[in-house]
Amino acid sequence: MPEHTFILNGKPVTAEVEDDVRLLWVLRDVLGVTGPKYGCGLGVCQACTSHLNGKAFNPCSVPVKDVRPDDEVTTIEGLPATVGKDLHPMQEAWLEYDVAQCGYCQPGQIMAAVAKVKQARAAGREITEADLDEIRNVCRCGTYHRIREAIAEGARRF
Amino acid sequence: MDVQDRLPTERTGAAVPGTRDTEAPPDGIERRKFLGYVLAAPTLAVAAQLGEAAVGTSQAHAAVGPLPELTEIFDLNDMLTTAALPTAGLITIHVHTDGTASFALPRAEVGQGITTSTAMLIAEELDLPLEKIRVTLADARPELLFNQLTGGSNTTISTYTPIRVAAAIARKRLLEAAADLLGTELSALTCKAGVITAPNGRSATYGSLAEKAASLKTLRVTADLKARSDFSVIGTARNRVDALASVTGRKQFAMDLHVPGAAPTMVCRPPTINGTVRSVRNLASVRAMPGVTDVVTLSTGVAVRARTFGQCIDAVRALSVDWGPGTAERASDDTVLRELKAAEVPLVVPKLNPLAKTVEGSFTFHFASNSALEPNCAVADVRSDRAEVWAALKSPIVAQQAIAAKLGLAPGAVTVHVTEGGGSFGRKLFSDAALEAAEVSKAMGKPVKLMWHRTDEFRQGRTHPMATSRIRATYALGKVLTYEQRHTSVSTDFGHGLGEIITATAAKLPVGDLTFSETIFTLSQQSPYDLGLTTQLLNEVDKGFNTGSMRNIYSPNVRCAQELIVDRLADELGKDRLGFRRQLVKNDRARAVLDKVAELGDWGRKMPAGTAQGLAVHPEYHGVVAVLAEIDCRPETTGRHVPDAYTGPRVTKVVCAVDVGLAVNPKGLEAQMMGGIMDGIAVTLTSGLHLKDGAFLEGSWDNYFYTRQWNTPPELEIVVMPPTSGKPGGAGELAVGAASAAVACAYGAATGTMPTTFPLNHSGPLGFEPLPTVPPIPQSPTDGLDRAY
Repeated sequence: MPEHTFILNGKPVTAEVEDDVRLLWVLRDVLGVTGPKYGCGLGVCQACTSHLNGKAFNPCSVPVKDVRPDDEVTTIEGLPATVGKDLHPMQEAWLEYDVAQCGYCQPGQIMAAVAKVKQARAAGREITEADLDEIRNVCRCGTYHRIREAIAEGARRF
Repeated sequence: MDVQDRLPTERTGAAVPGTRDTEAPPDGIERRKFLGYVLAAPTLAVAAQLGEAAVGTSQAHAAVGPLPELTEIFDLNDMLTTAALPTAGLITIHVHTDGTASFALPRAEVGQGITTSTAMLIAEELDLPLEKIRVTLADARPELLFNQLTGGSNTTISTYTPIRVAAAIARKRLLEAAADLLGTELSALTCKAGVITAPNGRSATYGSLAEKAASLKTLRVTADLKARSDFSVIGTARNRVDALASVTGRKQFAMDLHVPGAAPTMVCRPPTINGTVRSVRNLASVRAMPGVTDVVTLSTGVAVRARTFGQCIDAVRALSVDWGPGTAERASDDTVLRELKAAEVPLVVPKLNPLAKTVEGSFTFHFASNSALEPNCAVADVRSDRAEVWAALKSPIVAQQAIAAKLGLAPGAVTVHVTEGGGSFGRKLFSDAALEAAEVSKAMGKPVKLMWHRTDEFRQGRTHPMATSRIRATYALGKVLTYEQRHTSVSTDFGHGLGEIITATAAKLPVGDLTFSETIFTLSQQSPYDLGLTTQLLNEVDKGFNTGSMRNIYSPNVRCAQELIVDRLADELGKDRLGFRRQLVKNDRARAVLDKVAELGDWGRKMPAGTAQGLAVHPEYHGVVAVLAEIDCRPETTGRHVPDAYTGPRVTKVVCAVDVGLAVNPKGLEAQMMGGIMDGIAVTLTSGLHLKDGAFLEGSWDNYFYTRQWNTPPELEIVVMPPTSGKPGGAGELAVGAASAAVACAYGAATGTMPTTFPLNHSGPLGFEPLPTVPPIPQSPTDGLDRAY
C-alpha cells in the first residue's frame, strides 16, 4: 500500500492508502478529521473546502497522490492556529452574526471566506459584493445573507 | 399546519400537557397550577407530561382508529398499555452536582434552533444561565406514542408548556431544599443564576443542592409558571447554543461518529425511479477491488462496503447490474401533467350573480427536491439479537418499528439514537437511510456507515410532488363573491404519520371521510383573505414517486397561486394590490404584518421598467407572515453569466414581517424567516426537477438550482413583531409560502404577465448536461488543485 505524507494542521502525517483516493476520504475515513463535510464529491457544493498552502480547495477533487510531502493542508480544525489564537477572526465574526443553522456547510463556508478575503487583498483591494456573489458554497438552510454580513465583519478583523 | 386552530374549544384549553388545576385565591387573581413529577433518583430529576396522547388513552385510541397507515406500523395495544403507566410519556430535566442541568429533547435538531429555544425555556423557569444547560436529543422513546415527531413546525407549540413546568418544579424543589439547609422560610429566599440566597446572606448553589433536592420515590407535585411580564430569557435574542461547535467543525453529524467497525457503505442504485435488481454480473471482481470488504444485494440496489467512501464510489461505478423496471417507467413531465389535468376536480360554484365577472388561473408546479446538504445517512450495527442505529430522524419511533420489522427483531431490541442533522426540509421525516443501513448491516454481518451519494439524493430521493392548482374567482360590484381552488397533486407520502398534532385529534375533526393527505391539506390551507364563498380541495394521483413533505408542504404552491389571482382581482377591480389585500384580510394580525412590510419596503415606490414589487401574506402554525419582494427582470440582470449556474431574474430586496404570537428566540425566528425566504425564491424561480423517461435529470447542486450567493437578495430586512397572542407559534416553515408567492407576484408585475409554470426556468432550455444514469453516480474530479483560490 502506498504511503502519502503531507502536513496536516501544522503536523506531518502519513496515510497508507491507494494513490487515487481523494483527499477528502483520506482526511475523514483514514485520519478521522471530520470538519470537512461531504456534500457532493463533485467539487460543486464546496462543503469540504479546506486550504492547501493557504488557498481554498476541495479535497473531494484531489487524489491523495497529488499532495506533496511539504504541502500544508489546513482544515477548519487547524484554522485558528494559522493566526495563533483559539479562534480565527472569521470564526469570531461567524459567532457574532450567529450565522450557522444546521452547521453542516459552515466549516467550508468559513474556509472559503478566509481565502476570498485574502484573494481580494492579494489583488490590492478589499472584498466586494461582486466577490461575495462568486462564492459557490451551497447553504441549504439559506444563511447566505448572514454569511455576507459575517465575511464583511471578519475582513475588518484580520 | 394549523390543527390547533380548528379544534373544538374545549380541547384548546386542554391542549396544555398534564392536568391543570385552577385556583382562585381571595384576591381574585386566577393562578394556574401545573402538575408534574419529582422522580426517584440520586440527584434531582423532575418531569412533566408531554402532549395530549398520554393524558387519556381512550382519546388516543379513538383518534388513531381511522388511520390505517399508522395502525400498520404501531401495535397500539402495546403502546397504550405502556402509555397508561402514570409516568409514561414524561420529559425529564436532571440537575447535576456540578450545577448544570440536562435535558434530552424528544425532537430532532436539524438546524431549526430548537436545542437553543429549549435551553431558553429551561433557563427561564429554572433561573439558571443558558450556558449551564445541556440539551441533547433523546433516543427513540416508543412510550411517547406519537409525540416524538418533529414536523408541522410544531416543536415549540407542543413543548412550550411541559418543558417550563418541569423546570419550574426543579426550581421549587431546589428552593425547598435550600430552605431546609439554610434554616429559612422558603418565601424569604431569592434565586438567581443557579444560586439561592437567604436574607442573612448565606447561599447554596444548585450543584450543592442537587442531591438534597432529589427524592427516594416518585412524587406528584404542582408548580406555578412565571408570568410573562417576569420573563427575562424568553423573548430575548440569543445565539445558538451549538454555534461554537458549528464554526470549529466540532459539531458531530451521523457520518462524523466513530462507531467501532462501522465502515463506509454506499448503494449502487437503479437508472430509473425505484428500479429493481435482477442480477449482478460481476460480484466477484467488485469484491476484489481495493478497499472493498463486502458487496450485497438489497431491496433498493447493491450495497458496497469499503475502507473509504472514495472506494465505495469506485465500486458502485464498477458494478454491472441487470436492472428491472421501476415504479415510474417512461413517465416524464408531460405525461404526469396530463395525468394531473385529467384528475382535476371540476370547479362547481354556479354564477351567483348575473353581473359577476370571472378570473381564472391554471398553475403547474414541477417536482422539487427536499434534499438537505447532509445526504441521507445512518450508522447501523445489527447483531443476531439486537440492533443499534444512529441517524438524524424526525420520526425515530416509526424508524425503530420499521427497522425492527425489517430485521425480524422486537422493537425493544432496536436502539435508535437521534443525531444532530445537517438540514431536513422534510427529508428526515423518513428514515430511508436508516432502514437501508440496518438491512445492509444484517446482510453483511458487520457495522456500516451508510451514506447516499449526492446524485442519488436528487434522482432517487424524496421529492415535493408535481401538482397543478386551478382557480376560479368571481366578483361583482367591487366585491369578490366566490373563490374556488382545486389542487391536484402527485401523491404525497405521509407514511411517517404526523404525530400528536394530527393523530390524537383526527377523530374530532370534521374530516372523517377524507384521506390522510386530504386531511392535512384541509387543516393546513387557510386563506388569509375573505374571498366570499371559498372552497379549496386536494385531489391526488399516482403513487409511483418517492415523495414527502417539503418545507411548508402544500402552502408554497397554494399560496403562490392564490396571491397571483388576488393580484388579478385587484387589477380588474381597479384597486391597489396592497389596499385590496388590507381590505380582504380576515384579522388584524395579518393586516399589521402587511402594513409593516409596506411601510419598510416603501410599497408603490416608482421603479424602473422591468423591475417591480410583489406582496403576499400567509397565516399558518398560529402565526402570520408578510413578505414584500422586489425583482429585477431586466436583460442586463437576467443575462448575467456565472459558470455552471442559473442566474435569471434577481430578487433584489426582501422585507419580511413575522408574528408568531410570542417569539421564544427572536434571533432564531429571524434565521428561520431568512431560510424560508431563500427557499421561496428557489421554488418560484429556479429549483425544480426535470422528469424524463422514468428518471430525474438533475444530479448535482449545479443542476438543481437551489438559491446560491448570486441569487441572494442584496437587501434583506426581517422584522419580528411584538408578542400578540402570548403563545409561541411555529416558525420553521412559515416563510416559504409567503416568500414564494411574493416573488411570483413581483415577477408578474415586472413582466406584465402572470407566471403559471414553476419554477419559472423549468420550461426554458435545460441549464446543464445531464449526468449518465449508468453508472448511477459520477466519479469525483481530479482537478481540485487547479481550481484552488
